[in-house]
Amino acid sequence: MTIELLRPPQAVIQYDYHDLAGLMGLMTGHSDAETSSALDVLWVLYDRVLQVSPRRIDDDERDRFFLSKGNDPKAYYAVLAATGFIEPRLLTGYGDYDSPLGLHPDRVLVPGVEASSSRGHGLPLAVGTALGLRARGLEQPRLWVMLGDGELDEGANQEAVSFAGHAELNRLNVVVIDDSGSAARAAELQRRFASEGWSVQHVDGHDHGKLELAFTGAPDNRPHAVVARVRSRQAISRS
Amino acid sequence: MMASTCERRFADSDAMRERFTAVITDLVAEDPRVAAVFADFSWDRLSETAREHPRFFNVGAREQLLIDVAGGLALAGLRPVAHTSAGSLTERPFGRIRIGLNLQDVGAVLVSAGASFDLDVDGRALSSPADVALMATLPGWRISVPGHADEAEIMLREASRGFDLEYIRLSTQTNSRPYWTGEDGFVALRLGVDGTVVAVGPIADTVLAAVGDLDVTVLYAPRIRPFDRETLLATLSVPDVVLVEPYLTGTSAAEVSQTLADVPHRLLCLGVAAREVRRFGTPEEHAAAYGLDVTGLRSRITAFIGG
Repeated sequence: MTIELLRPPQAVIQYDYHDLAGLMGLMTGHSDAETSSALDVLWVLYDRVLQVSPRRIDDDERDRFFLSKGNDPKAYYAVLAATGFIEPRLLTGYGDYDSPLGLHPDRVLVPGVEASSSRGHGLPLAVGTALGLRARGLEQPRLWVMLGDGELDEGANQEAVSFAGHAELNRLNVVVIDDSGSAARAAELQRRFASEGWSVQHVDGHDHGKLELAFTGAPDNRPHAVVARVRSRQAISRS
Repeated sequence: MMASTCERRFADSDAMRERFTAVITDLVAEDPRVAAVFADFSWDRLSETAREHPRFFNVGAREQLLIDVAGGLALAGLRPVAHTSAGSLTERPFGRIRIGLNLQDVGAVLVSAGASFDLDVDGRALSSPADVALMATLPGWRISVPGHADEAEIMLREASRGFDLEYIRLSTQTNSRPYWTGEDGFVALRLGVDGTVVAVGPIADTVLAAVGDLDVTVLYAPRIRPFDRETLLATLSVPDVVLVEPYLTGTSAAEVSQTLADVPHRLLCLGVAAREVRRFGTPEEHAAAYGLDVTGLRSRITAFIGG
């Protein structure tokens, strides 16, 4: 893969899934493609599901993606670079004082970042945005929130899950990255949503076809949660 | 027979909160950008028409969600006005305010009721003397402490038209009349030569009665952040300053000190002491317990100004 470091994002560079490891390598400084538990989920969302693009950043009708999970931003930045929201050359500054790309993405600093990441905030904020879009008569945009499974234990998320179910926020979607490796934990995560009136699907978080089906095949009368079972980071680094 | 303390706690004298529910209903109806978010508290005071309006939301007893929903509404292009009791709006979800509003770089209007001890017949759980001090630790918040329902209405209407971060603190304690009609800074109620007394919001009438014939300047401060340094300096006589705040004692002491950094000065801070009183009863009884009645203020201000 060749990366044109100085080319602006508007330039016609077509990146695909296989370029993501190299883009992530720009952040880690070594080319042995550190990968991420959420990379496949993010790629399928941006490549096949979300109605977003760098040209539609201010379009009211765009979909919104809120990264709540704040501890795994490299895959997110790689996908934003691959889809033209940020310049790939910015990736090399990841985490630096004068870089816009920190470990918790900041919506003020990064184009295309809809909400500044903080554990336990993405979903409650998205509930507000879903209410606001509905009140404005904007019925088309969908909202997607990515959460980590541990993060779901934040009490604020329970407030949001419970309210969103009762409010029938049918444009709201959540994907939970479950790296627990525990069937019991996965079942518990699904119960939390189902008991509050959400539709729920459990899916292999690395299977692009199944992810796309889980993301797009939900009934349209209530909020939707996808629990994506992923390999733990330790397992990935060994593979 | 007189109604019991408990029966009077939500009495019609709750003028600012009554005004708020009326005004917010108008604002949402008039301005398609304004959205109101409640967390049960005061919801039953709204008309059925208001409760069914698509830009009126009740998230239930979920105060963390209340704040983030306000942030999310702002991200969706609306002007959120969120309301509950002071402690539940500020202390309980404080981290949500910092991250769900400040960090997101969105505006919101937070309107509280209950103040320091309006609801203390319910006990300490509903008192909130530290809300202003807490909110003052965050950048960008304008903090308003109206002393009259008319002032509260001006503040609400102005805030609803804006884009910034606004905290408006309603109270059942009010002055007999408004002293502010939308001015930018503090209002000089009296000019004197022996010192300055800054009276914040609903404590103004009590302060005026307490200073009696002392020859002091009395500045009325219905907004305490940003702190109006210019008026304090412009009206300064003898640099003895008394700061009377109907919430945590000394909340604005640093503002006065920084204003007078180049002037040798004395400062007396009067307010609600940080202690657990463990009493119920009326707001008036609590004010007296903290020395915020006429007698308590007069003795301390007189001793300081004459000292």
